Amino acid sequence: MSSTRFLTTIGKFVHFQGYEDDEIRFNCPTVTINIIHLLRLLEEAYEALRTFEVLGIEKKPEDATCKSVVDTLSSASSNSKDLYHALRVNGLLKCKTSTAALEGIASRLKDGLKHATLLLDYYHSVGGLLLIKDQSPEVDVLLGNADGIVHSIKALSQSDGRWRYSSNNPDSSTYAAGIAFETISGVVSLAASAIDENLIGTLKKDIVKLFDSIEKYDDGAYYFDDKHIDASGHQGPLSATSAVVRGLSAFAATSGNDGAYYFDDKHIDASGHQGPLSATSAVVRGQKPLLEIPEDKILGLARLFLGIGIPGNSKDLASVPLILSVPATVLSLTSKDKLKVRVSTVLGSSAPPLSVKLMQIFSSGSKDASVLKQELHFDPKEAIYTMEALPEGVDIGDYVFAFEIVLSDLELKSKYATGGRTKVPVFVTGVVKVDNAKVTLLEGDSVESEKKLDLPGKNDVALSANHLQKLHLSFLLTTPLGKPFKPHQVFLKLRHETCVEHIFVVENTGKQFKIALDFLGLVEKFFYLSGQYDIELTVGDAVMENSFLQPLGSIELDLPKAPEKATQPPPQAVSPYLRFGPKAEINHIFRVPEKRPPQEVSYAFLGLVLVPLLTFLVGLLRLGANFKNFPTSAVPATFAILFHGGIAAVLLLYVLFWLKLDLFTTLKTLGLLGIFFVPEFIFWSERERTLSHLASTAAKLKSA
Amino acid sequence: MVKPTAATTKDDAQALFKSLRSAYSATPTNLKIIDLYVAFAVFTAVIQVGYLAIVGSFPFNSFLSGVLSCVGTAVLAVCLRIQVNKENKEFKDLPPERAFADFVLCNLVLHLIMTSLPAGWPR
Repeated sequence: MSSTRFLTTIGKFVHFQGYEDDEIRFNCPTVTINIIHLLRLLEEAYEALRTFEVLGIEKKPEDATCKSVVDTLSSASSNSKDLYHALRVNGLLKCKTSTAALEGIASRLKDGLKHATLLLDYYHSVGGLLLIKDQSPEVDVLLGNADGIVHSIKALSQSDGRWRYSSNNPDSSTYAAGIAFETISGVVSLAASAIDENLIGTLKKDIVKLFDSIEKYDDGAYYFDDKHIDASGHQGPLSATSAVVRGLSAFAATSGNDGAYYFDDKHIDASGHQGPLSATSAVVRGQKPLLEIPEDKILGLARLFLGIGIPGNSKDLASVPLILSVPATVLSLTSKDKLKVRVSTVLGSSAPPLSVKLMQIFSSGSKDASVLKQELHFDPKEAIYTMEALPEGVDIGDYVFAFEIVLSDLELKSKYATGGRTKVPVFVTGVVKVDNAKVTLLEGDSVESEKKLDLPGKNDVALSANHLQKLHLSFLLTTPLGKPFKPHQVFLKLRHETCVEHIFVVENTGKQFKIALDFLGLVEKFFYLSGQYDIELTVGDAVMENSFLQPLGSIELDLPKAPEKATQPPPQAVSPYLRFGPKAEINHIFRVPEKRPPQEVSYAFLGLVLVPLLTFLVGLLRLGANFKNFPTSAVPATFAILFHGGIAAVLLLYVLFWLKLDLFTTLKTLGLLGIFFVPEFIFWSERERTLSHLASTAAKLKSA
Repeated sequence: MVKPTAATTKDDAQALFKSLRSAYSATPTNLKIIDLYVAFAVFTAVIQVGYLAIVGSFPFNSFLSGVLSCVGTAVLAVCLRIQVNKENKEFKDLPPERAFADFVLCNLVLHLIMTSLPAGWPR
């Protein structure tokens, strides 16, 4: 109930804070508000949906929740716990899941059971299989090795009736015992073949032993508690007791006896759901022949559950409380919503014939309340009580409605507790009319220009002012019933082109809202920034259906220059996503290539360099250098050829080096050539020496 | 008094030049060849320096390579001349062929280095 109101309020809040992109003039970074997805976690989603179901509140299936369910069910990495919770939510929301998917999950859960070692693994897997059986009867969920599984679960039990969570951890708790009973009964119901009777017998003994550890409050309520405080495992007496009772009821149901044994009254409906309160009814349906538990203990447990948070005194605990709920606590005057009230028992079943009266309406502003005694009309088809029209004078705002239930049949007064007056907070919303909106520019006391505004429609005024002038804005706000209305938010915002913002609250007297901006006094506040300012008006409230945030236009402000010591405007927030945008382009500065001479000059000098070579050759000829001493006979000729050839080869290698090769290959080749030609050198030089010596001696002989 | 001095200077220069020429023609042919070679090498180097003066020193490595190869080969040729010259008493026992072979080898090494120089030091 309260969550619905919370969601609606959030919705309205987000609505009048939203921006429309095409109306933002300057590209200023803004922060957006997202509606929080409250129902992400499947376990909490299940609890919320079940609460709605019990209280009779219609809830459309949330696409996000269904998507989360389908994702979890189809994901290969979900463990048995995730699958269990997803299946529970699926059972309530009835999301579209294929039989094939459920079959896959069933086989995964069965595999999980084979390898399970922890108690919670057994619990989630068996629970998941039971849910699949409910949702899709054609899927095969029967367990082959039921006896073995029951044995493994039983192996975790202790002698005092408690259960351990795993074989490694010696900590035991009553909550775990409840879980174990529920799991074992689940296994029994899913067993392909009948379970060994002795096993069931030992389990019964365990249950009786557990009841020896039951404790008692002063008012007669019995409960189970866990002895030691373990941060993760300690569940508190309520959860521990409810787990045990749930387990017992599941166990009792599997035995096949369907005892029509109601606790005192036929109106209590045993639907077998898993909430703590409904568990009581299941216990009450319990079998005397199966479990030998003393009756006073059962009654004590019932007292525990029924005594929680129900209005009335302890005497009423013997009777069934009636709950009055208002499914829709936000009524709109524009759509002429009718007030609807639902009365049911705590367990969600229908109430006996009664009448509901609206006794008082408290409005949030005033202390006094209007006293009515208006009876609501009962609609049997939908089983709700409605009021055709809201009482006179109910304007938009925040009210508390006080209801009273009167039973038609006075004999039932001992059976049912009506709980006196139930106070329900109700919001009445409507459209607020904006009249006479105008913006005025004043010079001294005389009006310079006046422009009418159309609110809450679009406006675009263009004003210009200097620091000696004043800006006035005024408008009237009236409720649907014509009364003055003061919304929560009435703001005027001026935003400079550099995204510096200034917000002013618009004051009111009665219906009239007025603000006067004296620029002379605001010069310092505006940080002496002249230029174009965007004007925006925000009017909003939770009960206002047409809350708006409208840009009104712009004003060109001419402020004096800032003095030396003026404060600088605060630095504006840079959108954090900017750093993922493109960075500044890097311009590389390359080394400016050196100035080269024109090619003709280079070629000319090339020719010029070759001139000395020619001169040398010419000079050689002139000097009469003889080339005659080249030996012609075979052996010396070979050496001579090789010698000169070797030098030529090396020079050729140098030419290749210049043109193409690198130093290493050149050196390698040079080395090879050198190895070959060094002996050549030596031989040649010796040969030449000998020859010249011979020639000289021959000459000497001749001369002599 | 100026005129006769100038004339005397000029005459002296001419006489000096003439005597140098006649003395030079007495040197053996092979030494003359070597001298010519040295002149060729130096002349080439001078042209390269002139080119540098005109167009600037880029790329400097090329200039170094060219000039140093010219100068180096000139130096080696001078060494050869010293070793080959019969009037030089120190190198009497060194056969001229051997000196020539040394000259060739050293030139080869020099030109190897100078060929790789323009591509950057050391390459």
